[in-house]
Amino acid sequence: MQTISSTAGEVTSRELRQPQSPLVTIKGEPLPLTSSKFVLSDLAFYYGKVQALAGISITIPANHITAIIGPSGCGKSTLLRTLNRMNDLIPKTRIEGQVFLDGDDIYSPNVDVVDVRRRVGMVFQRPNPFPMSIYDNVSYGPRLYGVTKRADLDQIVEFSLQQAALWDEVKDKLTQSGMALSGGQQQRLCIARALAVEPDAILMDEPASALDPIATLKIEELMQTLKSSYTIVIVTHNMQQAARVSEFTAFMMIDQNRAGTLVEFGETAQIFTRPKNRQTEDYVTGRFG
Amino acid sequence: MPRQTLDREFQHLQEEILLLGSMVEQAILDSVSGLKQHDLAIARRVYKGDAAINEKRFAIENAILVLIATQQPMAHDLRFLAAMLEVDTELERIGDYAKGIGKITILLGESNINIPVRELDRMAEVGVGMLHKALSAFINEDSDLARTIPAEDDEVDDLYNRIYHLLVASMISNPALIDHANYLLWVAHNLERTADRATNLCERTVFLATGELMEIETSSEDDELDEI
Ligand SMILES: Nc1ncnc2c1ncn2[C@@H]1O[C@H](COP(=O)(O)OP(=O)(O)OP(=O)(O)O)[C@@H](O)[C@H]1O
Ligand SMILES: [Mg+2]
Repeated sequence: MQTISSTAGEVTSRELRQPQSPLVTIKGEPLPLTSSKFVLSDLAFYYGKVQALAGISITIPANHITAIIGPSGCGKSTLLRTLNRMNDLIPKTRIEGQVFLDGDDIYSPNVDVVDVRRRVGMVFQRPNPFPMSIYDNVSYGPRLYGVTKRADLDQIVEFSLQQAALWDEVKDKLTQSGMALSGGQQQRLCIARALAVEPDAILMDEPASALDPIATLKIEELMQTLKSSYTIVIVTHNMQQAARVSEFTAFMMIDQNRAGTLVEFGETAQIFTRPKNRQTEDYVTGRFG
Repeated sequence: MPRQTLDREFQHLQEEILLLGSMVEQAILDSVSGLKQHDLAIARRVYKGDAAINEKRFAIENAILVLIATQQPMAHDLRFLAAMLEVDTELERIGDYAKGIGKITILLGESNINIPVRELDRMAEVGVGMLHKALSAFINEDSDLARTIPAEDDEVDDLYNRIYHLLVASMISNPALIDHANYLLWVAHNLERTADRATNLCERTVFLATGELMEIETSSEDDELDEI
């Protein structure tokens, strides 16, 4: 599907290569081709012989927040990790189907995995700052990618911390250890660290489940400010959080073969007020049994 | 500060409800001026314009339902959305009254029935004035102001009674005008209900500001029993 036939002639735009789900609409209008960040096409995933994902096709809009919800074990984290090839790090795993990032199939053989992970950053459930200073936590990535001038690094550190809504709280103690911050601050530091390498998208796997309600709301507000510059995909156990923060929601469940499948994808407002699928309705109303 | 997004949504809802309110106020005033002048063009415009009011009402309702479904509003936030839902509905109903007056104007055509212009004008003026103040009390969550507005309903009720007697008198003196007099009675009724709904808005404002669910008594309500 991703090969361009010679008859396509000059029309070699990226959009032509990637399949497009016609179902995605924003406020009733079809999503323009250029505003999708990820396109997943008939994706399947295996841990050894165990199939964890089956037949997942989904278009994730750019510069919006998409939430993935569903019961425990339905494959949310697995699906999220397919978006930046984090699953590659787990032995004996196998993927079928395609994941397009801005039109490029990130699983095609010539792709640089390191570049994929730079373009698609990740924030985890437990804040995991490196055991080094706040400054070094944020500048680590840029240094790895070749930024050496101190002035440039200073600028990146300040900008990233500001974007992560942490600058005012830490600007006077940049040399202190990142581990000495509160849980909520640590999580924002991890977000700053992810932002420092100028990604296109940020994946968040239950980013607030270890935080108290106020720190959680701070992260949620931060996501709202970040979405104008980044595409955010968040996995959350907390359905209310998905409802609060996201504009699109994907609801997953396991099928009869115990593989995770996509049940419904749509605008969050629609999913939580008039879901199309009975299973979605049962899940969002807490009647799932 | 957490939940800035929700606060922004609330502000947007307030702006939309004020817009709906001004559409409705204008519709009532236009409907009465169309009636006074036998101006069918104005009447038709008001009649057709109700569709836009309905549309805005549903858009606001949908936005409120989405916020309730997605934002887990509590305490004041919950009262705000519940009260908004009610105010949204009340305003739309007042819009229906304006549409009704437009329709009656069209039905009356060139009728030579004597329209109690002064009374109807005054009713519209007081009713719309109450509505306007009630809306700003609502938006500012000013329960003190909200408690004072319903008293103005007394004048509206007096005007209604005066119109009622005038029209009944004209029915008696000229039975050929009974239909048309009845239409005009409906106009007065619609204006009287407009003021009542402004009072409902005031009750919602008290609820929003204080959490207290109450009816604000107006002296005319004491009379209602006498009429039964
Ligand atoms: N590293 C792994 N090796 C083998 N199986 C795994 C691995 N990680 C996940 N699985 C299995 O894949 C399935 C999906 O797991 P996944 O973690 O993606 O679900 P999830 O929806 O994120 O669940 P939760 O809500 O509990 O985090 C589960 O059956 C799980 O046991
Ligand atoms: Mg998980």
